Amino acid sequence: MDRFVWTSGLLEINETLVIQQRGVRIYDGEEKIKFDAGTLLLSTHRLIWRDQKNHECCMAILLSQIVFIEEQAAGIGKSAKIVVHLHPAPPNKEPGPFQSSKNSYIKLSFKEHGQIEFYRRLSEEMTQRRWENMPVSQSLQTNRGPQPGRIRAVGIVGIERKLEEKRKETDKNISEAFEDLSKLMIKAKEMVELSKSIANKIKDKQGDITEDETIRFKSYLLSMGIANPVTRETYGSGTQYHMQLAKQLAGILQVPLELLSPEDLVNACKMLEALKLPLRLRVFDSGVMVIELQSHKEEEMVASALETVSEKGSLTSEEFAKLVGMSVLLAKERLLLAEKMGHLCRDDSVEGLRFYPNLFMTQS
Amino acid sequence: MAMSFEWPLQPNVDTRQKQLAAWCSLVLSFCRLHKQSSMTVMEAQESPLFNNVKLQRKLPVESIQIVLEELRKKGNLEWLDKSKSSFLIMWRRPEEWGKLIYQWVSRSGQNNSVFTLYELTNGEDTEDEEFHGLDEATLLRALQALQQEHKAEIITVSDGRGVKFF
Repeated sequence: MDRFVWTSGLLEINETLVIQQRGVRIYDGEEKIKFDAGTLLLSTHRLIWRDQKNHECCMAILLSQIVFIEEQAAGIGKSAKIVVHLHPAPPNKEPGPFQSSKNSYIKLSFKEHGQIEFYRRLSEEMTQRRWENMPVSQSLQTNRGPQPGRIRAVGIVGIERKLEEKRKETDKNISEAFEDLSKLMIKAKEMVELSKSIANKIKDKQGDITEDETIRFKSYLLSMGIANPVTRETYGSGTQYHMQLAKQLAGILQVPLELLSPEDLVNACKMLEALKLPLRLRVFDSGVMVIELQSHKEEEMVASALETVSEKGSLTSEEFAKLVGMSVLLAKERLLLAEKMGHLCRDDSVEGLRFYPNLFMTQS
Repeated sequence: MAMSFEWPLQPNVDTRQKQLAAWCSLVLSFCRLHKQSSMTVMEAQESPLFNNVKLQRKLPVESIQIVLEELRKKGNLEWLDKSKSSFLIMWRRPEEWGKLIYQWVSRSGQNNSVFTLYELTNGEDTEDEEFHGLDEATLLRALQALQQEHKAEIITVSDGRGVKFF
């Protein structure tokens, strides 16, 4: 109802009356409002409603503000109606009976009949759009509905637009959050480019790597925590790179390495034993990999695990982990190793996996 | 000692061998004690052999099948029907029975004698023998084993079957 503007009710030049009907009530959406008895006039440009009791009360909407119209048949005790769906009110709208309305449509109730004919004529005017060809005074024109080129629709289109705006807002937030990451990625990209160019130079034996490039590269590696950097390509083969890296790892395992790939880390760990470093990589049958001290003897641990299990009769991984004070994952690996060596056997039931001393072997 | 287990068997191969052997031996002991020479799989599932009421643990049918197959491979079990629903269980293999019977026959100097099956298992003369009271199905297979070795021949006698020893 906020689309209506007060008007004198006089027609403008070039504006022609098409049809009028008495006894029309206006609804704001589904709500009954005070405008319950009036004369409804259809012109080439507007829909005008004048109060039957008070002729001073007269308002209008432009036909160009109408999105589409629907008929609502009469029922028992109900008059036939026309539902008029409207574009939103323009910001510079002239004053009218309602400042704002939550509804984007009005209903015209034809209490003294005439709905059918009115609907027909209104549809015609909507189709012909004569108002576009017959310009009227400026005051009417400022109340034009949508500006050309700008879609302002209600209903589904309006909802879609709101969603689009929300999505843009979300995108913006995400972008801001990832600013740091993209800065990091830009730096990484630079590093990759530099690495590639160095690699290519070595490969094609195309001139020397400039001192500048070397310095840049070293500075990148320094920022990752590698004090005396080694480049893959300088050594000509991946495995040697891993060897060197392994040596460094043994020294700097405490320092968080931000940009070291997991594969490189594992490959370096595989070198630990061969290089006689105090740590080594151990891979269990299940695929679990751990780094342990060279001096650690898992097989001996198994013997003590058997003792523990025997004392308690039987144990699950969790129980064993708790008793001995180690992680459940490593506890399980130890029990599985004991089983593999034939010291323990299992009872796998709905209650869980439980390990027993292997009496099959000891008490045949 | 916890002997019940769920599918699958013990993962350690050596342990698994022992585990299976333990089950087989249990089955044979049980059947010998209860003088049961044949069983259906359904009976087996519910019998105290595979259903430990006290522990509320049951051996799943797939595992029972594995144990039975192991017994079959060892010669202690024979399926009585194609659908493998019932089986003959022999706590001694037929060959072993055959050997025992033939030993008795030789010992008592009765080679070239003819016996009815009933005489062998229920006659006075065999009362002290292990094979006394042996069920007919197992006896037949024992004699068939001897037949293979040309030590006996299964024949038809007046009201049934008999055997001639060589």
